[in-house]
Amino acid sequence: MKELLTGNEAVARGAYEYGISVAAAYPGTPSTEILENMALRPEIYAEWAPNEKVALEVALGAAFAGARSLAAMKHVGMNVAADPMFTSAYTGINGAFVIVTADDPGMHSSQDEQDNRYYAKFAKIPMLEPSDSRECKEFVGEAVSISERFDTPVILRLTTRISHSKSLVELGQREEVPIKPYRRNAPKYVTTPGNAKVLRVKLEDRLKRLKDYSENSPLNKIEWGDKKTGIITSGIAYQYAREAMGDNASYLKLGMTYPLPDDLVREFASQVDEVYVVEELEPYIEERLRMLGIKCHGKDLIPAVGELNPEIVAKGLLGREPETIKLETKPVARPPLLCPGCPHRGVFYALSAKDAVITGDIGCYTLGSQQPLSAMDTTICMGASVSNGHGFQKAFETHGIDKKVFSVIGDSTFFHSGMTGLLDIAYNKGGSTLIILDNRITAMTGQQENPGTGYTLKREPTFRADLAKICAALGIEKIREVNSLNLEQVEAAIDEAMDTKEPMVIIAKAPCALLKREKQPEGRSRIDTDTCMQCGMCLQLGCPVIYRDEDDNITIDENQCNGCTLCKQVCQFGAIETIM
Amino acid sequence: MSDTKSILLVGVGGQGTILASRILTKGLIGAGYDVKMSEIHGMSQRGGSVSTQVRFGEKVYSPIIGRGSADAIVAFEQMEALRYTDFLKPDGMMVINDYRQPSLAIMMGDAEYPPGIIEELSSKVRTVVFDAADVADSLGSLKVQNIVLLGALIRVIGLDNLDWESIISGEVPSKFKDMNLKAYNRGLELAS
Repeated sequence: MKELLTGNEAVARGAYEYGISVAAAYPGTPSTEILENMALRPEIYAEWAPNEKVALEVALGAAFAGARSLAAMKHVGMNVAADPMFTSAYTGINGAFVIVTADDPGMHSSQDEQDNRYYAKFAKIPMLEPSDSRECKEFVGEAVSISERFDTPVILRLTTRISHSKSLVELGQREEVPIKPYRRNAPKYVTTPGNAKVLRVKLEDRLKRLKDYSENSPLNKIEWGDKKTGIITSGIAYQYAREAMGDNASYLKLGMTYPLPDDLVREFASQVDEVYVVEELEPYIEERLRMLGIKCHGKDLIPAVGELNPEIVAKGLLGREPETIKLETKPVARPPLLCPGCPHRGVFYALSAKDAVITGDIGCYTLGSQQPLSAMDTTICMGASVSNGHGFQKAFETHGIDKKVFSVIGDSTFFHSGMTGLLDIAYNKGGSTLIILDNRITAMTGQQENPGTGYTLKREPTFRADLAKICAALGIEKIREVNSLNLEQVEAAIDEAMDTKEPMVIIAKAPCALLKREKQPEGRSRIDTDTCMQCGMCLQLGCPVIYRDEDDNITIDENQCNGCTLCKQVCQFGAIETIM
Repeated sequence: MSDTKSILLVGVGGQGTILASRILTKGLIGAGYDVKMSEIHGMSQRGGSVSTQVRFGEKVYSPIIGRGSADAIVAFEQMEALRYTDFLKPDGMMVINDYRQPSLAIMMGDAEYPPGIIEELSSKVRTVVFDAADVADSLGSLKVQNIVLLGALIRVIGLDNLDWESIISGEVPSKFKDMNLKAYNRGLELAS
């Protein structure tokens, strides 16, 4: 039976069919749905870990124990998980271990555009790159097989268009795989320098054998067409190249891109007139060709920045521009916004009135940086708000500058990697204030559970991590809990923080406006046009349902309002009422 | 591949282009086509501009297209029709929902909602324009707007020979089946 699956669904299907029984991840676009789909299978233990490093270590532990395992993450998550990943290349595994990275060319939902193929080379871990959903499923099987045959972790590298596009996949049966016996083996699993030196040599030998495997693997295949043009490509770029060139070119489609099959590449290059490397992001394959002394085109024709598509590839290879319809009228930009009723809005509204530095973090609330709230100075990576804020505060303090520093982080991001930064603040006697936006869910990736929500990925009830107790245990004495939707409470806590020199935490609590299982505000807001003075204070909230209508009157779209009443709270003239 | 057809469904995050594209792909797979579909998740969903691409044919390679390549675009909102016109083939068709949703700069009064979108598009592109909300409302629920637009699309791309009624019936709750089938047929009529 064939089904139309996203690449992520197909990876999950592959994990199921090829006998994977333990999986862990932290949610991150575009990788999130892999674990969500695996969790639906009773045969698989799947969990949301607090961060990618923990997830990778959990899956690696399971692989040591003898189970087939998988860890999934977005590209930047691999930075977090890199430490154990590098060492896992030395130890190798027992049961198969598959590491999935989903990169985000074009930065649809990410802070950078890193090409994680370099991680495979850097960490000396074999890598497979599927080009559609069918391959996503099959390559999980290949990864499992390579992992167990060569005693190594295997990276499966996806990109946004692989993860989130759908294509047809033939479904198969699950292969039930018994756990392999585990026995203590310190020279293999304990990486003291003495052991690691031995493992290091073995690793190089393994890479040689993997290179031979890559030379003959069916994952790397030639599709002959016109031999004037020879295209070497991998992943989604293969589909774009085929779309652009059809049979007017020959293709070396690389499914295993580390180690690269040098001899096969040489062989292919020798049989075509001109070699073109078509790859998304960095010149990863092209660099290897140049090392091998093969003359080729690559990033001179195909851009390294941004996502490719068939048009860009056709332009690079053929210099062809599409015919398009030209219009006089231009659209106005439509950037994403905090949702109506979002509990983050009031906190940023209150912060926007303060002369303070506000370090931000990764989540929906990064949108607090946008107009009209404009209440954020920095966003770097998961957890960085806390330690960046501490750095700002110490620099100001050292240089005698009296300026307040706030850090703003979400609940899930705090659990991910904000806690260590807060311990640093307490331990090193910092003076910044951390605001934890506790909306009871990991919202931006589409509502995933986290240690604060009371449920596991498998939807089992569990303990609910208590933010206030954690902060207290980390050494913070001044902790204020406020209702995010009560502007008076939020402002009072922020005012107190403005006058505080010691470390402080404000926990701003209210559920994500999209979270159906939590109690949401009732009623809707309406503007009484007779009382409204048209001052525009409510517009400063940046709420998507408050706008100036065609007669320039401020109006609320009652159908989309969720009744959070922030607009009512900021209105000086009592012009906004709640209707039930 | 020249026999591959490409369709874009565009709108604003939260407008629900998902159900329409799911029904569309179900029907195409049932008819024996190779089908690929692409959508974007994550931050852009939060009230931003969104697009879903559906491609079908004997053998489809790329799940996405570049400019000047779509055979048809269904725009759930006027300004989004404008934003994605670039992707339409010069002889392509556009189904436009006569609905305007301002973006932030417009709501704040910093920009004006572009006037005359329908007029300009209709002068340069083959268009089918109607107010899907009006149509859906007259059928009993605003929720069937998608299906009205889907019906129009199916007529526009000449796929009305497939058994869409049974596909739609299988995808919507049974108590709303009749309303959805009416919506589909109304869409077909509007594009005729």
